[in-house]
Amino acid sequence: MKITFSVNGTNRTIDVPADMPLLWILRDTLDLKGTKFGCGQALCGACTVHINGSATRSCQVPASALNGRKVVTIEGLSAQASHPLQQAWQELDVPQCGYCQAGQIMQAADLLSSNPQPTDEDIDAAMYGNLCRCASYHRIRAGIHRAAELAASSRASTQQDADSTQGVA
Amino acid sequence: MSTPSPILARRDFLRVTAVAGGGMLLGTMVDFAGIGVVNAMEPAGEFMPNAFIRISGAGVITILAKNPEIGQGIRTMLPMLVAEELDVAWQQVIVEQAMSDEAKYGSQFAGGSMATPTNWEPLRRAGAAGRQMLVAVAAASWNVPVGECTTEAGVVHHESSRRRATYGELASRAATMTPPALDAVKLKDPKDFRIIGKSIPGVDNLKIVTGKPLFGIDVTVPGMLYAIFEKSPVFGARVASANVDEVRGLPGVKQAFVVEGTTNLSGLMPGVAILADSWWAARSARRQLRVTWEQHPTAQQSSAGFRARAKEFFAAAPQTVARQDGDVVTAFAAAAKVVEAEYEYPFLAHAPLEPQNCTASFANGKLEIWAPTQAPQGGRQLVAQTLGIKPEDIAIHMMRCGGGFGRRLLNDYMVEAAWIARQAGVPVKLVWSREDDTQHDFYRPAGFHKLKGAVDANGRITAWENHFATFGDGQRFAQAASISPNEFPISFIPNALFGVSQMPLGVPTGFLRAPTSNAIAFVYQSFIDELALAAGKDPVQFRLDLLDQGGIVAATPAAPASPVNAARMKGVLELVAEKSEWGKRKFPRGSGVGVGMHFSHRGYFAEVVEVNVSQRGEVKIVKVWVAGDVGSHIINPSGAMAQVQGSVLDGIAQAMKQEITIDGGRSVQTSLADYELLRITEVPPVEVHFRTTEFPPTGMGEPALPPVIPALASAIFMATGKRIRSLPLARHDLSWS
Repeated sequence: MKITFSVNGTNRTIDVPADMPLLWILRDTLDLKGTKFGCGQALCGACTVHINGSATRSCQVPASALNGRKVVTIEGLSAQASHPLQQAWQELDVPQCGYCQAGQIMQAADLLSSNPQPTDEDIDAAMYGNLCRCASYHRIRAGIHRAAELAASSRASTQQDADSTQGVA
Repeated sequence: MSTPSPILARRDFLRVTAVAGGGMLLGTMVDFAGIGVVNAMEPAGEFMPNAFIRISGAGVITILAKNPEIGQGIRTMLPMLVAEELDVAWQQVIVEQAMSDEAKYGSQFAGGSMATPTNWEPLRRAGAAGRQMLVAVAAASWNVPVGECTTEAGVVHHESSRRRATYGELASRAATMTPPALDAVKLKDPKDFRIIGKSIPGVDNLKIVTGKPLFGIDVTVPGMLYAIFEKSPVFGARVASANVDEVRGLPGVKQAFVVEGTTNLSGLMPGVAILADSWWAARSARRQLRVTWEQHPTAQQSSAGFRARAKEFFAAAPQTVARQDGDVVTAFAAAAKVVEAEYEYPFLAHAPLEPQNCTASFANGKLEIWAPTQAPQGGRQLVAQTLGIKPEDIAIHMMRCGGGFGRRLLNDYMVEAAWIARQAGVPVKLVWSREDDTQHDFYRPAGFHKLKGAVDANGRITAWENHFATFGDGQRFAQAASISPNEFPISFIPNALFGVSQMPLGVPTGFLRAPTSNAIAFVYQSFIDELALAAGKDPVQFRLDLLDQGGIVAATPAAPASPVNAARMKGVLELVAEKSEWGKRKFPRGSGVGVGMHFSHRGYFAEVVEVNVSQRGEVKIVKVWVAGDVGSHIINPSGAMAQVQGSVLDGIAQAMKQEITIDGGRSVQTSLADYELLRITEVPPVEVHFRTTEFPPTGMGEPALPPVIPALASAIFMATGKRIRSLPLARHDLSWS
């Protein structure tokens, strides 16, 4: 079937089987390899993307459900790896094999967008379904806290800039 | 005193180490012949003192990463060794993955935690050789003594004349020199290290967090088709018939055919290939595939059957005595206390998150392969043998692996892709489903042990007997199903017997992170705890006393692979006891601590686990303390910490809930729904301490795993009074009142 949806801010029209999951559309039709195949059953979270702003397992979303949707993948999370999670992940050397990390980051980005200062319990609840076979969980948790810090200080400095601009005006 | 009886066990031990360690345990520590020296002059203008370094006239410094990256951090750590002695700043370095070419790079292998001990000296020498040549060129052009020149961050300095030259400026002249003999170059004094000992983040991190193609499964080759390969759930069964004609007509399907396969459980098994223009089309067509499999004798095998056979073995004498010291019969008769117990552990899967996959292109008699593999050279040999082509006609790109854990030491998926691509006549990307991955692993073999131990009136172990029921055909062990007769503590006990009985196995088995050790540490350390209890001694003190019994030649810096060095083991045991305040805390019923220690892969680790067990039997791990001794340097502390914590959590996952059950000759578990991985909610704090010793540094990928399992089991015993003699814990009712 022919569908039109937005991927990382660009409208795409493609013709694929109605039951083809978004995961495989991204990987094989659109050649966006950042979203990973782990299980195909929503058991591991490696394929997590944002659909209309919410973290979603792309292996479970068929083409037929995509018309008009806005999809953001790890490739579209930020320009130049500037998202606080991408910064924190590098700073704390979070990845081991790295295969699950796109899914972890997309899940965590959803968490931070609704809860900018999550507790350990908030993180556990949000990240429960994202498996890391290398068990880099200590650093995933630390990375989310660090990203929250980075985002807070960036918000503070933006606010400061805004205040000082106002002052000049 | 010790008289190892080698016939049965030794042969397999040799075979296993040859696979897992490239012969390291048998060979020498440093093999300079393995490091290829290439012509320093090619290509023009670039300085290439050896296979690992390339410096362009523009000053671009490239270091080749020789080994497969599976998440152990080796693509970062090995180039650090080169960069240190080349004396460049890490920020200047571009790391490039080498192709599979052992003639050029030496052993390229991710297994046995071998990369650190085998490369520690050769790769630093490779870097030092480059530095020495650049300094020589600079000194000659300035007409000053070499000894007056210093280097830092890719620049040669002559202090008194205030002259300087970058490595890039010196490259073209250095390229005309003959490289020095590697064993003659001078290495830095470790106090001058600028990179070794610093936490360096993974070189691929930016690509990982931005989703760039990196892993085997991300490979795209022009004109390729996507393949699925269906095999019999009963291991090894051949295809009797399949509706491939019908499948060929399904949407997107380009080809479908039966692969006869071989009888090599580690090679090309029989199955049906479906090739389509997308993986989803192949996967959809597979739902319409109907295969009738031939009857296969493995269908008679089951975990329950193996357990029953082990019980029969235990009612009789072992088939073989692999080691016998002193006189156990007399020692048991004279003992103050005798303890007997049976232990067992299940088959385990590796479950890397990236399912097995491989891309292959066959043209004009030559094969090009892109594979996430831990053992490219083994894959090359398997493919060459199976397809009947020359090993040198196969080019292998080593792709980053989405986890290894030993699974990708065997290259079944590589030979499948190669075979299918040649038969199809087009490039093929084979991707397994999660179900394929769970049902066609090389499982950690199950094992059964009947133990008998004795302590004397002084609480000293005087006798130790183990009847090990495992898998094999009577001549050879099944893959990874042997255990060294010399595993600790047998060498420390005057009267000991290690007997083995084998039963046939049609289930593919292989090496899982810390192979052998991940099983035997649970059994032996738990049984040592049982003996400590019988002796009325504290479990830590009991182990320290046991280590003092000595009786073996200790490992030395010159021979670090010798059996357990008691002083190093005591060092980590005392350290972990101190850090966990062992013996100083009181625990109410329902909580407790346990200790375990193990020597494997040249590393010494002792670990303490604290648990709370609810009255309903739910286990919560409160904390884990780890003390490790892997020699003189922690090369990359960030990577080392990740490996230790990851290994400990891997062990916890195995102990808590992982099990592959065989029934009807197939794996009962089929996915991550019934073979569960650890979750973020199950992760305790893991506090890690390293004790540095004068021994050369050794690998971190495995040795921290084994001790946590018996430490956890012992903590549960303290908390509940229930002794864990089989795994996983999920099998046990741990409730108490």
